Amino acid sequence: MRKLLAIALLSCATLANAQTVLIRGATVHTVGDQGVLNNTDVLVRDGKIAAVGSSLSAPADATTVDAKGRALTPGLFGGLSAIGVEEVSLEPTTADAGVILNAPAFEMQWRPEFDVTAAYNPRSVLVPVARVEGLTWTMLAPASAEGGTFVAGQGAAVTLDGRYDAVLPSSRSLFINLGGNANAMSAGSRAGQWMLLDQAIRETRAPSAQGEHMLLHPAGREALAKYLSGGRVVFGVARAAEIRRAIAFAKRYGMKPVIAGGAEAWVVADELAREKVPVLLDALENLPYSFDGIGARLDNAALLHRAGVRIAFTQFNESHNARKVRQLAGNAVAHGLPKDAALAALTVQPAEIFGLAGERGRIARGQVADLVLWNGDPLEVTSSADQVWIAGRAVEMRSRQTELRERYLKRLQ
Amino acid sequence: MHKSRYLLCCAVLVGACANPPQQTNEQETKAAFTAVPPEPANPYPSTYHASAASATLIRGATVLTGKGTRLDNADVLIANGKIEAVGPSLNAPAGARVIDAGGRWVTPGLIDVHSHLGVYPSPGVNAHSDGNEATDPVTANVWSEHGVWPQDPGFQTALEGGITSLQILPGSANLIGGRAVTLKNVPATTYQAMKFPNAPQGLKMACGENPKRVYGGQARAPSTRMGNVAGYRQAFADAQDYREQWRKYERDVAEYQKKSADKKDKKDSEESDEPPVPPKRDLKLETLAGAMNGDIRVHIHCYRSDEMAIMLDLSHEFGFKISAFHHAIEAYKIADLLAANGVCGAEWADWWGSKMEMFDGIQENIALTDLPKNGCAIVHSDSDEGIQRLNQEAAKAMSRGNRIGLNIAPEHAIRWLTANPARALGIDQFTGTLEPGKMADVVIWNGTPFSVYALAEQVFVDGQLEFDRANPAPQPRSDFLLGQPGAGAQP
Repeated sequence: MRKLLAIALLSCATLANAQTVLIRGATVHTVGDQGVLNNTDVLVRDGKIAAVGSSLSAPADATTVDAKGRALTPGLFGGLSAIGVEEVSLEPTTADAGVILNAPAFEMQWRPEFDVTAAYNPRSVLVPVARVEGLTWTMLAPASAEGGTFVAGQGAAVTLDGRYDAVLPSSRSLFINLGGNANAMSAGSRAGQWMLLDQAIRETRAPSAQGEHMLLHPAGREALAKYLSGGRVVFGVARAAEIRRAIAFAKRYGMKPVIAGGAEAWVVADELAREKVPVLLDALENLPYSFDGIGARLDNAALLHRAGVRIAFTQFNESHNARKVRQLAGNAVAHGLPKDAALAALTVQPAEIFGLAGERGRIARGQVADLVLWNGDPLEVTSSADQVWIAGRAVEMRSRQTELRERYLKRLQ
Repeated sequence: MHKSRYLLCCAVLVGACANPPQQTNEQETKAAFTAVPPEPANPYPSTYHASAASATLIRGATVLTGKGTRLDNADVLIANGKIEAVGPSLNAPAGARVIDAGGRWVTPGLIDVHSHLGVYPSPGVNAHSDGNEATDPVTANVWSEHGVWPQDPGFQTALEGGITSLQILPGSANLIGGRAVTLKNVPATTYQAMKFPNAPQGLKMACGENPKRVYGGQARAPSTRMGNVAGYRQAFADAQDYREQWRKYERDVAEYQKKSADKKDKKDSEESDEPPVPPKRDLKLETLAGAMNGDIRVHIHCYRSDEMAIMLDLSHEFGFKISAFHHAIEAYKIADLLAANGVCGAEWADWWGSKMEMFDGIQENIALTDLPKNGCAIVHSDSDEGIQRLNQEAAKAMSRGNRIGLNIAPEHAIRWLTANPARALGIDQFTGTLEPGKMADVVIWNGTPFSVYALAEQVFVDGQLEFDRANPAPQPRSDFLLGQPGAGAQP
């Protein structure tokens, strides 16, 4: 009952504009140098964290929330997803995650200028479903669909507070999906992927020297060129040998590589650490789903972390249930990853990977006030978010799913 | 089990006339599973044998019995592969292995009512796609067990998650996908050596989008939900007709025998009539007749509440019993209807939305399915990942229920992945609870299983320690992983 009152109180708070909020007496997981601070207050003003400390005084306009010792964390990363880009995966009129050109192989054309964020709909029902579970931002990732290309295009992070201009621009990245699953898009061989990538780079560098059948339009060449001078490129790749090739390729052409998937990343952990290449991974992947990921294992995250590789958690092709990402982190802990590293892999690490750590991912003065107050251990499946704030505003803790629940719970009782 | 006495009687009679009955162990113990028309008793019999395990006493654990009770600081005694006793301060028989389980939790072995391990194994290459005979909307003649690859590495990882029994179903491409098999999760080179002795088979049916997408896309029926229902109805109508042909044959046989006997009595020298000719066996209709007969448990992939209600009507029209609706994303809308019909809902904790028929998923679905009197909720996986942590799925479902005030205790929620799936599979007399006489399918957890940090430490199947986290086997169980660099499930 006490909890319900607290939630009701917070719902009132959502009515207020330009919120000043004082969260009192929380167990604050700063995910920064200060570690975990017990019985600590966090002051939020103008969308930012204004102060973190004990016994902060409440400004006159502040809404005060008594955390009663509950855990407060930064807002969580929803992983690579198509939240707001895909309403019903199997309904083509609602699914916008990838370009499908259906071009025959000899006319193959790439569109790296494709930017999936242009399809983002902040009013998608997936957005509240994700954010009431503590996900405050996600990385929109273009998909390599059948009939599309393995250079999927560009994506970027969005904040999930429902604003129209949701893109966090410095996170923009190019997505390239390698390996056996992309064979059908690369002339039947994974070696064809490097052949075609080399061709695209030659076209970008010296378009006039190329022949009739170019892979890229002028806009595509322009887009790709940006990534050849330090741009972030997310390589979807599982096999150890191909992770090494991706790193070497990125190095050769001045790209900043990120590995996504990385089922066998643990095999080349030392190299990843040395080259400072981060890995986005699904910590539940432990079966050889393909011949690319024969070495998949549950302690991949723990082994990478131990070797000094920056990791972040994500699911793949899972937007509706993006909230499950928290369960990935908990399982990584059960298989050897320290708890603080697991929380970091849901917060500050993905922010670092996508160039956003200056503004989000930690609880510290000056950071965007994306915060989650939990009713238990933030990594535990039996816990859930009592209240979420995005950019300092209390999120209404409702979604289409809670509406359905309320309607039918009444009928059953 | 709902069974027509008349049909059972016919089957026995036909067996006597047409085929000399083969007295197998299974037939002895489970004569009730004789199909009508006269399918040979069991052409693909189980060769599973519980290994002779030494007695084991698990001491001082928190025990969730699966019957709805929780015993603190209790012991579980296993002998001869069976649960011998559960309670405080049990004595260890001479030579018994004694496990100090202080701080540990003990549950029945977990049961997944919905798996495609073996028929959609890892690696998921084209050659391994053996779960959907998507060449006709009604393939009641196919059996999933004939597609099970026992070397699927997913069996091992499921075992490490505490799964001791599982039903392998055909996929959902077809209206009627074929027969399902229940396995014990033990290493084997043949599926027969995993086949759960005396478990009834299942029948997989599917509602909604999948069949109409698969066949509608080929400009064949069904292309609509109307076509779906017409397809089920015609199939069962054909099966009724087929059953009638066999009934008539039975009557003819009886009449023929009577006539022959009369003639014998009269010492009639006339030439006797030709004996009646049995109808041609039809493997599709044989399966459907088995479902109507109650020998084969009906499991229906069905998401929407309105479609589940239609399927209930269908079951009444043709006189079969639905064991469980699988996925049942909208079970919470008709939880009372399901409970009133004694039908279980086998569900995910939180997956939703990838198809239109999954759009109304909520995280309280399992808890609300459980809510009415006689409600039967089951946590299922339909996934080689989910099956490894059914306990976490149950934990999510339980906590979401508790969040809306339902007050669900672990000793109750554990039934969703033990006793309830056992009931749906028709193996509840053998396993699913920790009761004396039942198979010693037991899991020792490192703490409460309702946690993301929970790990199964030891898993017993029929009293045999099949997985021990502290002493993992030096080699992978699957032949496929042997000799693959870096491969192998790491507990």
